[in-house]
Amino acid sequence: MNQENSSRRDFLIGGLVAAGVVSGCNTHKNAFEAGAQGDVVASGKKVKLLSVDGDIIEVDEAFLKPIPHMPAVSNSDARLGIPGKKFVMVIDLSRCKNLKKCQAACNHAHHLNPGQNWIKVDPMQEAEHTAPFWEPTTCMHCDEPPCVKVCPVDATFKRQDGIVLVDSDRCIGCRFCMAACPYSTRVFNWEQPMLPEEIAEKPYSPETSVPQKKGTVGKCDFCADMTRMGMLPHCVSACPNGTFFFGDLNEDTVTNGADTFRFSDLIKDKSGYRLMEDLGTKPSVYYLPPVSRNFPFESGLENDKTQNK
Amino acid sequence: MEKSIENDKIINDLLPQKFGKAGKIWVGTLIAICLIGLFAYIRQLRYGLVVTSMRDYVSWGIYISNFVFFVAISLVGSLITAIFRLAGVKWGAPLTRIAEIIAVAAIIFASIIIIVDMGSPERFYFLFIYGRIQSPIIWDVIVIGTYFFISILLLYYPLLPDIKILLRFKERSGKRLYKFYNFIGSFWKGTPEQFKLSEKAINILCISIIPVAFTIHTVTSWLFATTYRPGWDSTNFGAYFIAGAFLVGAGSVIVAMYIFRRAYNLEKYITEDHFDKMGRVLVLLALLYTYFNVNEFLTPFFKMKKSEEGYLNDLFTGHFSIVFWFAIFIGIILPIIILLFKGGRKPLPVFIVGIMVVVGAWFKRYLIVTPTLLHPFMPMHDVPENFHSYFPSWEEWAITLGSLAGTMLIITLLARIFPIIPIEETLSEHHESTIKNENA
Repeated sequence: MNQENSSRRDFLIGGLVAAGVVSGCNTHKNAFEAGAQGDVVASGKKVKLLSVDGDIIEVDEAFLKPIPHMPAVSNSDARLGIPGKKFVMVIDLSRCKNLKKCQAACNHAHHLNPGQNWIKVDPMQEAEHTAPFWEPTTCMHCDEPPCVKVCPVDATFKRQDGIVLVDSDRCIGCRFCMAACPYSTRVFNWEQPMLPEEIAEKPYSPETSVPQKKGTVGKCDFCADMTRMGMLPHCVSACPNGTFFFGDLNEDTVTNGADTFRFSDLIKDKSGYRLMEDLGTKPSVYYLPPVSRNFPFESGLENDKTQNK
Repeated sequence: MEKSIENDKIINDLLPQKFGKAGKIWVGTLIAICLIGLFAYIRQLRYGLVVTSMRDYVSWGIYISNFVFFVAISLVGSLITAIFRLAGVKWGAPLTRIAEIIAVAAIIFASIIIIVDMGSPERFYFLFIYGRIQSPIIWDVIVIGTYFFISILLLYYPLLPDIKILLRFKERSGKRLYKFYNFIGSFWKGTPEQFKLSEKAINILCISIIPVAFTIHTVTSWLFATTYRPGWDSTNFGAYFIAGAFLVGAGSVIVAMYIFRRAYNLEKYITEDHFDKMGRVLVLLALLYTYFNVNEFLTPFFKMKKSEEGYLNDLFTGHFSIVFWFAIFIGIILPIIILLFKGGRKPLPVFIVGIMVVVGAWFKRYLIVTPTLLHPFMPMHDVPENFHSYFPSWEEWAITLGSLAGTMLIITLLARIFPIIPIEETLSEHHESTIKNENA
């Protein structure tokens, strides 16, 4: 999606590996947990790496171990967001046939319990004689977020990259944000969520929104952990019809993984709009009108029945 | 000589009395209801808010409507005490303590019920360490806290001269109560300086409690009016809430004064005239509330905007119509009609009207909270079937009834500890009136 960003990421990881190698050499043990079992025997094959100082160094291949993951993002970093970014989503209503793959991927990625859907696909019909269509809704990540305004303890917040997140370690469960959100996007954990033990034990991160906790609110997080890694949100990559486009407003590009568009052109050409513009919430999610639809509305009905029973 | 006998009789009439058999049954029942509520709350703490019937759409239920009800009732303390006092309304004097006790009890349970509604009550203190001033909830925390302290002081200062009298009757009050009276009021000697100081303090409290009282209920209305939702998105809301609060507050004072009058044989002090006058006050307040109701419903009804249509139809003719028209007729219209007749302002009918007003008001608060939430802007979709409706679970009923019983328990206990009618004030008034009579 963004060449510069991903190359920077590779560089960063290279640097981290190098740092790991250095410390591994000093203690004769790999610093990372994955390689912590037993001493490593040099294989003799050398690999060139870029050190943190910018020097090219050569290390033995055997010292290279897979990195568990990106370093954990601190709560204050998660609250700040990624500098220079302004994330947007475009949902092309002409492509949606209510397959709910987006919903399934989202629920799976965030370990949501049955009945909890951060993405909802609503059957819409504006008036009696207008055409019905399927409308997927996520959190709108408003630039004037009503939920953030009313939160008494700063548990839900707006980041500099436009994403609105929830800190479940802060949320007191007053549900004022749910009352304030005109898009009804927020989902409450009315009971202790059923989670696999290794998920439930993880420390909560606002960027992953995992694990969800009893008595706190949850919602679509634009997959802030994925975007930090330069990857697309789960709903975007899960949709086989390419309904969701995601990108950076500052770079003026959005992509659904297959096609990439200039955001401003796409919105202009297809008359993009936002939901409930009159409320002044300024959403970050744009919709392309359901014209020349790829699928008849009825094709989604069957799926809707099985999902909701 | 004759005067001191009369004084003794007044004091004897007004001193707090031990619970009789009926009183004990009453207190026992209230405690039992509270304990059931507590049991339900323990279940809620253990399993989460899932024990309630609230779900993602109806995310606020009878806890919040009960909270609004308590805040509304507590406003009466400022009405009877402050407004009557500042306006020089003398006849209200015997009712001031009843009003203040109700105010304190209701504001305590308003705070408790809002904690009960929280999904993570163990984080309650976050409101103080992470509080953000732009959230109306923080405004509510600030003003309810302020109102609570002013109400306590407004109950306490006028009590001091009475505590001096209570301390004279050590035998009657018993050892523990005597110690308690001694602790809170022994510094009061009744010197002219102290009276002057107390008078001044009470005046300051009376003046300051009126804006604070208006604020608590206005801010409470803003918890709703600062959102976009149909039925809540109204500039009328603050005034509408205040008018309703004065009505239900006056209604609750009427109920309480009737019961205390019967239970403690206070016919000489709370007279038929008091009921007649409170009846008139109630008519005025009910008319005012009617006016704000018309404002609240007529203009949206006239326009029938698409977003409001479902909500309004639900109230007027749909799912909530029985409760809605019950609250309007029993809580507002019928009371006005009954009280317009002279016979309607006798103690018993006024008492019944008071109950009607209070019950109607409780359901009115329910209608303010729930129907709106069942009519969101987006379709209710992709959620389990039971998210589409709301009827409180037994735990919610138990906790709500427990909180109502708790309020009555506090009122009862305060009436057991303190004279329900200010003794000192009654004595001086009696003294003044006899002098007047002698001169005339």
